[in-house]
Amino acid sequence: MATDAAHDAHEHHHYTTTGLDHKKIAIWAFIGSECMLFMSLISTYLIYKGKSVVGPWPHEFWCKATNTAAATAEALAGCPADQIYKPILNIPVTSASTFVLLMSSLAMVLALAAVEMKDQPLPAGAGLGDRMLRSSKLWLWMTAILGATFLGFQAYEFTSFVHEGLTIKTNLFGSSFFTLTGFHGAHVTAGVIWLLTLLAIDYKRGLGPKDALKVDIAALYWHFVDVVWIAIFTLIYLIQ
Amino acid sequence: MATTAAHAAPVASEENTGLWSWLSTVDHKRIGILYLYTALFFLVVGGLEATVMRTQLMKPNLTVVTAEQFNQLFTMHGTTMVFLVIMPLSAAFFNFLIPLQIGARDVAFPRLNAFSYWVYLFGGLFITLPILGWIAPNGGWFGYAPLTTRAYAPGLNIDFWVLGLQILGISSLAAAFNFITTIINMRAPGMTLMRMPMFTWMSFVVQFLVILAFPVITIALVFLQFDRFFGTQFYEIAAGADPLLWQHLFWVFGHPEVYILILPAFGLVSEVLPNFSKKPLFGYNVMVYSGIMIGFLGFGVWAHHMFAVGMGAVADTLFSLTTMLIAIPTGVKIFNWIFTMWGGQIRFASPMKFAIGLIAMFTIGGISGVMHSSPPSDLQQTDTYFVVAHFHYVLFGGAIMGIFSGIYFYFPKMTGRLMDEGLGTLHFWLNFIGLNLTFFPMHFSGMLGMPRRIYTYDAGQGWELFNMMSTMGTYLLVVSTLVFFYNFFKSRVSGQVAGNDPWEAPTLEWSIPSPPPDYNFAQIPVVTSRYPLWDLKHPEKTAGVDHSSASIEEVTGAHAVPMHEETERRTAKELGLPMPFPTIKPLFTALFMVLMIGGMVLKTLTPLSVFVATLITLAALMVGSLYAWLTSPLE
Repeated sequence: MATDAAHDAHEHHHYTTTGLDHKKIAIWAFIGSECMLFMSLISTYLIYKGKSVVGPWPHEFWCKATNTAAATAEALAGCPADQIYKPILNIPVTSASTFVLLMSSLAMVLALAAVEMKDQPLPAGAGLGDRMLRSSKLWLWMTAILGATFLGFQAYEFTSFVHEGLTIKTNLFGSSFFTLTGFHGAHVTAGVIWLLTLLAIDYKRGLGPKDALKVDIAALYWHFVDVVWIAIFTLIYLIQ
Repeated sequence: MATTAAHAAPVASEENTGLWSWLSTVDHKRIGILYLYTALFFLVVGGLEATVMRTQLMKPNLTVVTAEQFNQLFTMHGTTMVFLVIMPLSAAFFNFLIPLQIGARDVAFPRLNAFSYWVYLFGGLFITLPILGWIAPNGGWFGYAPLTTRAYAPGLNIDFWVLGLQILGISSLAAAFNFITTIINMRAPGMTLMRMPMFTWMSFVVQFLVILAFPVITIALVFLQFDRFFGTQFYEIAAGADPLLWQHLFWVFGHPEVYILILPAFGLVSEVLPNFSKKPLFGYNVMVYSGIMIGFLGFGVWAHHMFAVGMGAVADTLFSLTTMLIAIPTGVKIFNWIFTMWGGQIRFASPMKFAIGLIAMFTIGGISGVMHSSPPSDLQQTDTYFVVAHFHYVLFGGAIMGIFSGIYFYFPKMTGRLMDEGLGTLHFWLNFIGLNLTFFPMHFSGMLGMPRRIYTYDAGQGWELFNMMSTMGTYLLVVSTLVFFYNFFKSRVSGQVAGNDPWEAPTLEWSIPSPPPDYNFAQIPVVTSRYPLWDLKHPEKTAGVDHSSASIEEVTGAHAVPMHEETERRTAKELGLPMPFPTIKPLFTALFMVLMIGGMVLKTLTPLSVFVATLITLAALMVGSLYAWLTSPLE
């Protein structure tokens, strides 16, 4: 079983113990490590939930003058109108951005499928839909644009929070919220850059089945970042 | 070793010398050697810091250094020894040995490996150099927040520490992904998990500890960095922050870190002990399982560092129990090593002396560790010299002894020459006596109430004799280290020529020339047992012992080329083996990354615009180097 004989002049098919490519194993180890990173961030957010000594708060109305919080604005009777801060988290808008990110994962799946199928002939009578499913460029663009849209939502969210009086310095909620979601946003940004790099390769020489692994690994990362957002959306936004 | 005379003296081939070849190397063996030299350099730095401290504490009320300088010295001594000495010395062995032990030609990602090393070197310099101007980190190697927040530590000192540790974490993480992939995916045919040498097994466990523990301190450090630079409130008690948040996050990392430091040394002595007892390792399977068990339990004992903060009876009891529990797999290892030696034909060569030294010294440290696992006892010992004695027995008596054992054992494989036995014996005894003279009296000074981290003390408290003994022991350790370095550099040039297998050892790395050719194995071996070389050359040593052996037919399903002992040197080109190209790009990526992260110290020194412009420029250079690296072909 001498492996030097297995070397082809064109393709370096290294012998691997598991038969999987090295990069596939490395990305899973990386994702395991990233789980601990986000677990630390999410745990800190949850530990600090309700510990801020001043508002604004994620789910409660807050009267700045008396520094009291309540479930409704009416419960803050006697508070001057300009001193009332509404709950910061905007669940409808974030639901929309979550939907966008989920759809980006779908586009990513289709991008990988398109790359894998690139060499197969189109079936007889193939329509526009079939041709679209073969277009890796379309789905990579779609994924990147949806990811960028999610980032746009996040930029809007951050800006509006700052206008409503919550910055990273305001209280424990602000510090832990912006750091956690900011880290996630940075991961999405890295993912978008990764996707644009794949697109650059696609335009330069075309991505085909032999590149499926490249796209597969980017996809694993992308889905992971998406799954982390599901955890953040549930734990931070939905659970009061 | 009559056979060694037949071997020619090792010579470096023309293309493998010169500064450039080292800067651009992607060969795991050369990177391992770079790690070794760099870590030995930092060992001298950390040792000198300790020597200055011990000189200051030799007698009451000395004024060798000021209180502030003393703070910097103990902080940098701890940080250096943990992150810049023991971990990288282990990394030197991971790099050099893992591919050789599993029958691979390199690691999975050779250029990432180079990147890890350069990040370590630049990060190590970044965190070490400030001490030359006495602006080094001064908050202890554990850097407890809120003490390390800007309000209580306004200078640059802690900035260097926070950013330096972030940099070093990246190096360790990158290396860990690399070694996990290498061990899972690059084992030679027949090298099943349960046939892997014990060093590779323990390294495998350590890499998982690294990838799961380091992200936690990364986040703790990010919080501290944001608090210090951007005004967040993670550790701001007045804002409602939990004063224990840092301690929990730090020790969730910090305790696995202890096993990150010790398990590689355990692995090394598990190679040395069977070899010099001429017997297979006793209870191989149990050794593997206990290593994994230590890894798991290592994540469940962190709060035993925090008994004194008053977590309450439930938490104290729980962490006390898990801590006692973790002594079991560790004790299993000690007994297995003893049973390995039992009835063997023991040869007391230098590696063996240090390996037995580890067993004895680690056991002392382990027993005082079990004493700490009981909260009432621990409360008496917290923050006294008793704790200092405990962890130095574990880390110096354990990790460093094990690493010295490994250096003596693998020096011939790295250089082609044996280290001098006489000097090795002298080094061992000076080291052994110096270590005990330094650290054993600390049990007593600690029990008499001498606190850690004080820069001086008054006479009349019963501490004078013990401190004098500790200081004298330290000087002895300085002498023993000089003997080691003399031996190291002398033997490198004029040591006895080793040949492939000077120790008649059982594992794959000894089947190839010393130093190994850049491709390691001219032909990838087929592995049929845990002790392939003994099966081949000394079947009597493994007779009657289950060592997971099989015939080649069982491994490959066909007749294959048998284990091949290669003595003649041919280049990779002559053999038609593709080798990764040397490249400088990982070095530049590492350099710009370290400058970018380290550049954040400018935050308090320059206007915001300069700060932002500098970071963006360095980030662009880093990304540019990274793309240049990723777009160039590997081989």
